[in-house]
Amino acid sequence: MNELVFFINNVVIAGSVTGSIYAIGAVGVTLIFSIMRFAHFAHGDMMTFGAFMVLLLASAFPGAGAAFGVPAALVLLPVAMALTALLAVGIDRAFYKPLRAHGVKPIVLVIGSLGVTLMLQGLIRLFSGTGGQSLYVDDRKEIFRLALPFEGVRVPVVITEPQLWLFGITLVTVVGLHLFLTRSRLGKAMRAMSDNPDLAQASGINTNTIVAVTWVIAGGLAAIAGTLLSLDVTFKPDLSFFLLLPIFAAAIVGGVGHPFGAVAGGFVVGFAETLAVFNWSVLLRPFRDSLPEWLTQAGNLAFVGTEYKIVVPFFILVVILVWRPTGIFKGKVI
Amino acid sequence: METRRTDIVATPSRLPLREILLFLALLAAVLGVYAAMGSAYSTRMLVEASCYAILALGLTIQWGYAGQFNAGVMGFVALGGFSAMFFSIPVNEAFWGSELPGELGLVLLAMLAAILVVLGATRLDRLGVPKRLRTVIAVVLGVVLYLVVINALRDVTDQIESQAGFIGGLGLPVGVGWIVGGALAGAVGFFIGRVCLGLRSDYLAIATLGIAEIIKAFLKNSDWLTRGTATVSPLPWPVPGPAEVGFTLARAMYLSVTAVMIAVIFFLLSRAYHAPWGRMIRAIRDNELSAAAMGKDINRRRLEIFVLGCILMGIGGAALGSFNSMFDPQGYLPLNHTFLVLVMVILGGPGNNLGTIFGAVAVYLIWIMSEPLALFVMELVVAFGEGTFGWEAPTNMDSRALQARVFVIGLLITLVLRFAPKGLLPEKVRHVA
Amino acid sequence: MPLLDARNVHGGYGGMNILNGVDMAIESDQIGVIVGPNGAGKSTMLKAVFGLLHVSQGEILLRGEPIHNLPPNKLVQKGMGFVPQENNVFPSLTVKENLEMGAFLKPGNVKRMLAQVFEFFPPLHEKRHQPAGELSGGQRQMVAMGRALMAEPSLLLLDEPTAGLSPLYMNEIFEQVKRVNSAGVGILMVEQNAKQALGIADKGFVLAAGQNRFTDTGAALLADPDVAKSFLGG
Repeated sequence: MNELVFFINNVVIAGSVTGSIYAIGAVGVTLIFSIMRFAHFAHGDMMTFGAFMVLLLASAFPGAGAAFGVPAALVLLPVAMALTALLAVGIDRAFYKPLRAHGVKPIVLVIGSLGVTLMLQGLIRLFSGTGGQSLYVDDRKEIFRLALPFEGVRVPVVITEPQLWLFGITLVTVVGLHLFLTRSRLGKAMRAMSDNPDLAQASGINTNTIVAVTWVIAGGLAAIAGTLLSLDVTFKPDLSFFLLLPIFAAAIVGGVGHPFGAVAGGFVVGFAETLAVFNWSVLLRPFRDSLPEWLTQAGNLAFVGTEYKIVVPFFILVVILVWRPTGIFKGKVI
Repeated sequence: METRRTDIVATPSRLPLREILLFLALLAAVLGVYAAMGSAYSTRMLVEASCYAILALGLTIQWGYAGQFNAGVMGFVALGGFSAMFFSIPVNEAFWGSELPGELGLVLLAMLAAILVVLGATRLDRLGVPKRLRTVIAVVLGVVLYLVVINALRDVTDQIESQAGFIGGLGLPVGVGWIVGGALAGAVGFFIGRVCLGLRSDYLAIATLGIAEIIKAFLKNSDWLTRGTATVSPLPWPVPGPAEVGFTLARAMYLSVTAVMIAVIFFLLSRAYHAPWGRMIRAIRDNELSAAAMGKDINRRRLEIFVLGCILMGIGGAALGSFNSMFDPQGYLPLNHTFLVLVMVILGGPGNNLGTIFGAVAVYLIWIMSEPLALFVMELVVAFGEGTFGWEAPTNMDSRALQARVFVIGLLITLVLRFAPKGLLPEKVRHVA
Repeated sequence: MPLLDARNVHGGYGGMNILNGVDMAIESDQIGVIVGPNGAGKSTMLKAVFGLLHVSQGEILLRGEPIHNLPPNKLVQKGMGFVPQENNVFPSLTVKENLEMGAFLKPGNVKRMLAQVFEFFPPLHEKRHQPAGELSGGQRQMVAMGRALMAEPSLLLLDEPTAGLSPLYMNEIFEQVKRVNSAGVGILMVEQNAKQALGIADKGFVLAAGQNRFTDTGAALLADPDVAKSFLGG
């Protein structure tokens, strides 16, 4: 039983945490892709930017959370989302829109977004330094230990306060996005434009507005994902390239242009990562006596070491591209 | 409507004024560096720039000739650097004298056998096994065999690390490592290309970005193979080293080697560019649909050019690695080894080899000179801040100042794409309608 | 004042002229039909009217106001609707959502117009919650026309509305075009099925090589032996 709790802590909870973060990131990427038809490489740094805004705000108003009984970082998250959304719209106006107006191939926009990612990276690190910093500026990270009511179970299920927030916020975000895309006029217009941009224009939909709305949403989501990631561990300004691969893998697994596919893809990639680095020999321990010796002797039955975590999303990416490039839910564009 | 193809005709007889002016300006800048920084320093810079020019030529044929965007140049460079190290450094007797090589060999054989077994399992459907069952068998076999092999490998590599440090090199001539480095990079490029080249070009960018980080993680964490963060040095040179003939002369000799390589590559690429093969490549880039309609095997051509580019990156990376005389996996950075090369290509002129070489040397010169400049500006700011407001500067100012260069490279990429998408020396393709 | 008045329109793609001086005028209660051989510039003319093509010379007036080279979304605001020949629905949106997109600029009218469109095309009401991509070709054409009608256009442009449909559906579409027209919407459409189309046309334009060859009422064109010989297959 202790082994099972160990499994819950290291796979179920950890996988849900990374899965949620990848899911929110991948939704942003997939929305941008479905409206503007290019892979937005600056998304990782947009996430970092959002988290950095939270860090700055939380450092400036460390007491902001006390009034509501929640960490300051969460109270200030909406402000950071607005700032990141503003940044996203600004970046589009300054860098992507002129390229689109020239009618360049999508891959040129990809390169442009790499340029943007470097600019963001440079700016953020110039101001934040390169070390890690906690977003819990003035608050205490609560850790809940839930002992299971079974005999012989000594290890508690461990879950931290930011992880609970993360699950809640992810749920609210996904439901909110669903309602927006299916109920609101702008959300439907976004889906229409993703289906058929020419017809959307011929219907009188102002495509510039839709593009701006997309950036606002993508920026806000990026700020959420970055903040949740930084709350769970620490704020690290140099994560972006390591985030990009799992997020793109998630978007592609879910079918590019498919927001809910991206959510599913995020969890697929997140769980795959935690399952791959989990040491399976732990689960074999209770059956020590009945298993052949060579199997119990194996000390480490993890698929990859944590230092090779990045191989997992890459592997998933390759498998999906070979096996089914349109993703599980039949994305639009390959 | 009249269509004439003048892109295969030689360039017009006018004097290539733009080229001459740009290269004269570059020459003046190089001479300026020589005058200011001394010949040993400046020659080192030129050697590095020449290695970068090989990388840039690799990227320019992928991006400029064929419109493929490789966002993981760093990975191929690192592979080349590793190969240069592995083949050229002396043999490690502590490893080869023990029973470890045999064990390692056995594990590698087992790995090969496992791969063959799994591949065999994927063909089981030809023996009448239902497809679904075949897939299950292949996946289960793959997982189990993978775990077995990886555990055996871990055991052996742990032993190597504890008993011999690392497996050392092969003590072969430097050139062997360079050639194998190109081959290694080409092989990885072949794999990536097979997966991605039939799909949207974005996927290639994502996959190459990923493989570069994976190659780096592998080289960094495989202490038994590369000593990881402990780094390996010195690496031998293909020419007499500084200890024998002095810095300037040794570097000048190295430069002559890389210069000859560039000349050969340049010559071969120009031939290929104007040959039917090159025209086909450009036809595919410019108009995929019509090229496909002409019955050209697009994906095969694309794969050829992508692998060729990767080979050049591997060779360039090997030359760069040997010259640095130290193999440090952590020293491979996306900024220095991917984006710098990208700037060289798009600024110089994608698809124009001469422009690419110009871009490589010019950008590298600016890059090298910007480091002291950035620090100097930062110091000025700090001194000013301390003097006027008693502002206490953060201690890690130096590393922060270098982040400004990240910003500048990013800005440069976006500006060039917007205002000079064809670079300073555009590819000379003329379409007459 | 005519609803649409195009005078001496020249235009094309990338420097190549396809239209070499086309004149076209229809009144607000009329059906105008453009016919002609392949490559005559029929669809190109329609695209020029809807701002999808650069007009290099000549002018296009909507109720006397020049509209050539305005972007399509401006033209929608001015009361023009366009139904492309292909890709004319949003496949992943439901039928109802497709129609709502047509009224994107007039969200206040959605309810009333939805009721009206469902009245025009009863089969759509039944399928309103189904993704448009799952419908048959004829039903898609209804969705496409319905979408364009949602903005309450005064002029509806149809690009080969019967292309690829079975003869049964073809007649139904022509019937619907007539009904839409009798509700006060001017129609300009391109058609391959020249005979049937001219049969419902108040005005017919026979184009060839980017120029008007014959212009008359539909009935007169059908009766004209020259037109019949060279364009209607005898």
